[in-house]
Amino acid sequence: MRSRRSVPLTIAMLAALGYFLLPLFWLLVASTKSTQDLFTTFGLWFSDSPQLWTNIRAALTHDDGVFVRWLVNTGVYAVASALGAALLAAAGGYGFAKFRFRGDRAAFNVVLGAIMVPTTALAIPTYLLFAKVGLVNTPWAIILPSLVSPFGLYLMRVYAQDAVPDSVIEAARIDGAGEFQIFARIAMRLLAPGFVTVVLFTLVSTWNNYFLPLIMLNDPSLYPITVGLASWSAQAVGGGSGANSDMLAYVVTGSLLSVLPLVVAFLLLQRYWQSGLAAGGVKQ
Amino acid sequence: MRIAQRRAAGPLFVAPFLLVFALLFVGPLAYAAYLSLFRDRLVGGTSFVGLANYVTAVQDPQLIRGIVRVATFFVIQVPVMLVLAVLFALALDSGLLRLSKVVRLGIFVPYAVPSVVAALMWGYLYGPDYGPFAQAARAVDLPTPRFLTDGWMLGSLANIVTWEFVGYNMIILYAALRAIPQGLYEAAAVDGAGAWRIAWSIKLPALRPALLLTLVFSVIGSFQLFNEPRLLRDIAPNVIDSGYTANLYAYSLAFTSQQVNYAAAVSFLLGLVIVIVSYAVLLTANRGRSA
Repeated sequence: MRSRRSVPLTIAMLAALGYFLLPLFWLLVASTKSTQDLFTTFGLWFSDSPQLWTNIRAALTHDDGVFVRWLVNTGVYAVASALGAALLAAAGGYGFAKFRFRGDRAAFNVVLGAIMVPTTALAIPTYLLFAKVGLVNTPWAIILPSLVSPFGLYLMRVYAQDAVPDSVIEAARIDGAGEFQIFARIAMRLLAPGFVTVVLFTLVSTWNNYFLPLIMLNDPSLYPITVGLASWSAQAVGGGSGANSDMLAYVVTGSLLSVLPLVVAFLLLQRYWQSGLAAGGVKQ
Repeated sequence: MRIAQRRAAGPLFVAPFLLVFALLFVGPLAYAAYLSLFRDRLVGGTSFVGLANYVTAVQDPQLIRGIVRVATFFVIQVPVMLVLAVLFALALDSGLLRLSKVVRLGIFVPYAVPSVVAALMWGYLYGPDYGPFAQAARAVDLPTPRFLTDGWMLGSLANIVTWEFVGYNMIILYAALRAIPQGLYEAAAVDGAGAWRIAWSIKLPALRPALLLTLVFSVIGSFQLFNEPRLLRDIAPNVIDSGYTANLYAYSLAFTSQQVNYAAAVSFLLGLVIVIVSYAVLLTANRGRSA
């Protein structure tokens, strides 16, 4: 019974798929066009004179290669935040899942409640505090707030509960292993899918973050891609024709370049994040 | 001795997280709460005003307008998004689909696209002059769709957010469906239940916890709507003003009009509204279960 296939359902889902891929297809097509072609040819098909490579080179070299700088910044912010947040969440989740101590429930519940506090409602307070202590307009202003992932902690706790059996920990203790040895050598290996999930989702949220860097940074050489692209886009719209006439092509090609790394990461790591998400979504 | 070691090690594992949490989560909130109790006057400098900023905020027509708008957005967009996510997850799980892996990943891919890029792409697609929809409409002599006008804007924003997050929610729901024990289906089949009956009586109830999770995330996402309207503002400045959503308003208070203390109060209040709505959603859903 399960092997039967439904043609109408498949067609309906392919139509839905078309909707989700349409803007990305447009982005790919638009990246091959000159600014002039963007306005004069049909948006959803290629023009007669594709120039993807020219556009990529132009976007990467515009303004002394500031786009490359943004890419590097974004990578640094995202990787540092993701690894830091996932390590904190893994150790914390393991601690909450496998140890009983005074106040453990209360502390965990406070963190759980924090999941509901939206990051942007937190961003302005964080800005005000960072302005006070002089952290504004530094890379730390982006990395430090991204280290806190209440949902990551929750996910790792749920994951650690089952993925690290008590019997394994007991056996290691009987063999004389210390608690940190057990965590680093045994638990971390078993926690890998959950860890990768938290890394990936923190990576995405930092990579895609716009509000926090928008308020924290005013030096363009510190911008991540999102803020940089938005500033280019504002110039392209505001400038209209004239000096900024190529701006739109830079924005479009830059958008394509900024999307690719994450899409590739998700496709390559899908085995991990799908099982990790399953753990977080299913058990509560 | 082993017990003693267990007691000692647990707090050490959770300490780094809790320390960072206290410094970077509780700290900013506490500092903003403190700042929100003051007011900066042109004459006389900063002075303690107690809860006066909050009294002003709850009567501030701009803020109320922004909150009403995101609440409207939530009521329109979230049901559409979650119903689509449930339908897609059920379709993927039904086993009736060809190419199901391609469909699954394709629908999920927008989640990996930064919301800035999503807003830029859709903003271009919406364009009344050069956007492909307008081009296509003109080619067949239909009136061009006016995505960026006042009446359409909230729907256009809802479309962008739906595009971004249906796949993410679908994956969470799909994972929950995969976790249903196969034995349940076999038992239902023995009892003579068809595919629809199984979807209704087994799959939908099993989706409940995952659906609650996605619902709470959607409350949070809707009420802090910022990126998409901020980006579309560049191309539709007459439709989206600086107080279009509550979060845009808080931003412009802090960074355009430099009313730091009032902005702190507004962010704090907005956070509070979101937490209250999230809990209300959770409580309503849980009461539904026990009834």
